[in-house]
Amino acid sequence: MSLKDKLLSSYIAFEDHLEDDSPLHDLRNEAIKTFENNGFPTKKDEAWKYTSLNSLLKQDYSIFPKRENNIEFKNVKKYFLHDIDTYKIVFIDGVYSSFLSETSHDGLDVCLLSSALSKPKYKPVIEAYFNKAVKQDSLTSLNTAFAKEGAYIRIPKHKEVEKPIEIINFSTGNEAATFLQPRNLIIVGENAHVQIIERHQSLSQNAVFTNSVTEIFAEKRAMVDYYKIQNDASEASLIDNTYIAQERESNASVHTFAFGGKLIRNNLNFFQNGEHCDSTLKGITILKDKQHVDHNTLVHHIAPNCESHQDYKGIFADSSTGVFNGKIVVEKEAQKIDAFQQNNNILIDDKATINAKPQLEIFADDVKCSHGCTIGQLNEDALFYLRSRGIAKNEARALLMYAFANNVLESVKVPEIKTRINKLIANKLGVNLGFNL
Amino acid sequence: MLKIIDLHAGVSDKDILKGINLEVKAGEVHAIMGPNGSGKSTLSSVIAGKEEFEITKGEILFEGEDIEELDPEERAHKGIFLSFQYPVEIPGVSVTNFIKTAINETRKAKGLEDMPAAEMLKKIKAKADLLEIDRKFLSRSLNEGFSGGEKKRNEIFQLAMLEPKLAILDETDSGLDIDALKVVANGVNKLRTKDNAVVVITHYQRLLDYIVPDFVHVLIDGKIVKSGTKELAYDLEAKGYDWIKEELV
Repeated sequence: MSLKDKLLSSYIAFEDHLEDDSPLHDLRNEAIKTFENNGFPTKKDEAWKYTSLNSLLKQDYSIFPKRENNIEFKNVKKYFLHDIDTYKIVFIDGVYSSFLSETSHDGLDVCLLSSALSKPKYKPVIEAYFNKAVKQDSLTSLNTAFAKEGAYIRIPKHKEVEKPIEIINFSTGNEAATFLQPRNLIIVGENAHVQIIERHQSLSQNAVFTNSVTEIFAEKRAMVDYYKIQNDASEASLIDNTYIAQERESNASVHTFAFGGKLIRNNLNFFQNGEHCDSTLKGITILKDKQHVDHNTLVHHIAPNCESHQDYKGIFADSSTGVFNGKIVVEKEAQKIDAFQQNNNILIDDKATINAKPQLEIFADDVKCSHGCTIGQLNEDALFYLRSRGIAKNEARALLMYAFANNVLESVKVPEIKTRINKLIANKLGVNLGFNL
Repeated sequence: MLKIIDLHAGVSDKDILKGINLEVKAGEVHAIMGPNGSGKSTLSSVIAGKEEFEITKGEILFEGEDIEELDPEERAHKGIFLSFQYPVEIPGVSVTNFIKTAINETRKAKGLEDMPAAEMLKKIKAKADLLEIDRKFLSRSLNEGFSGGEKKRNEIFQLAMLEPKLAILDETDSGLDIDALKVVANGVNKLRTKDNAVVVITHYQRLLDYIVPDFVHVLIDGKIVKSGTKELAYDLEAKGYDWIKEELV
């Protein structure tokens, strides 16, 4: 049975278990139809030209975890930001782990989507927001059909959340192959501030395929900083569908650090619905072996007087491949837009590949849009400069790669995240430079 | 200390250096002057080990050892320092962190432990004072957004920190105003001892008023065509290079 067929037949059993009067009943049925009609995307789809899911679809995945799996904190401590206090929403094979989590209902909601979907008091919020920011594409619809568990975060107006929130999805590999579909809903109220870190982490070498959907609503003057750490095991793959709906004067940023995993596809979508929004999309990608990362970004400028800033750096070694497909749409009404996109890549080895495709669709006449894309090698003169100061070749190369990617880190606001990313980068580059890179 | 014998070097099949002979002894200052394109920067790059240049003939001996096969970092560890005409910008790495890395990498190559942090700080402070460098400057990203003068001063700061045996200053005077030139020259002079040597590569005699050479060599078309004392530099300043070219004919 193909994965598609398996999912479709699992859906019937899944829906049977849900209460009949669930407000999402119709939504799910519609979503599964969309998936049934379209299936998994193939390379024939323009948006998937450079990324094939074929190798992932061959596995025989377990769709629903059969049992609750426990892991000991000491074994996974390193995946948390342990040097500072954080809220934590942790899932193990898609099931919430109360033991590893630290949730809250004290002045804000940091909890589970499953309770938000089932408890009457959340009903108005779910009706107002759930599935409202998404595109109805096949993979998002697949997630919607099965949406049951994930993070539910709601920050009331004027609340500055004092510590970051971590959303961590562990997979234990207790099944030969696991298919996961977390669903996150994040609502940041007027003038509220929050910082969120999301991570998917496989704890084994068994196959994991995650199709995740995150909806983020940034209300008027809200500030949202979202960090995605993608440094997963070699057999773990991720399709991340993130949708950010911004209201006027809101400020939203997503930093994506793609360092590991087998195949990653980031569908990152920003919708600027109100005036004077500011959107930041930044990423550092460092790949080796046969890893594949595809950044597919969309900034949709719907309202006037907004800004967007994109800056993606990629370093590709061995036969790794990268894709950057950055689309900026400026609607006719969206005058006085300042949209900036930059994508720079270094290919370390002859067999490494990057496919870069900026797309600008501009229907307004008074806008400032700029984009730049470079593909190159390490600067030999710079390498010689460092080596002439006594720094060995490997370290000098690492230093240059770090310098190349560095300005993406400048906008990281949480120092502990910056330190963590610095360490991951040094580790990826295989160096220990004696100072805190 | 440095002995260059009949050195031919260049890129692909084009020779840029066409038989250089030069001996620099400890305690000496040598100036190499010459018109544009005569091979001055190539000579400094070849001594420091830049891989794009190939040595086709001749030898470079440093303290009696042929260094042709050594990597640039190995030459640095032995005590060769090149002050770059165009230092490279390295965003995200501060001047301080860079120099710490350079010093500790050199120590590591010699089998020594990292320099203790307190000692490092003390040394950084002393050398920064010597070159009249503001402490704020040290926390800026290496060469990023530096003015021409700041870049050169930073090169000499690195020289002061690394304390090489042989310092090659490639066009250190270009981009410097007269005040900065004096500070840089003063710094270099204070770092001179009987055990180290300096090779100054320059277009103009100006820098040589402050870093006074024991010997002046004229490099034209890949060869040292004339050597003399500091008076030769004055002649070149006054008369240009044409008279030497004419002499050669």
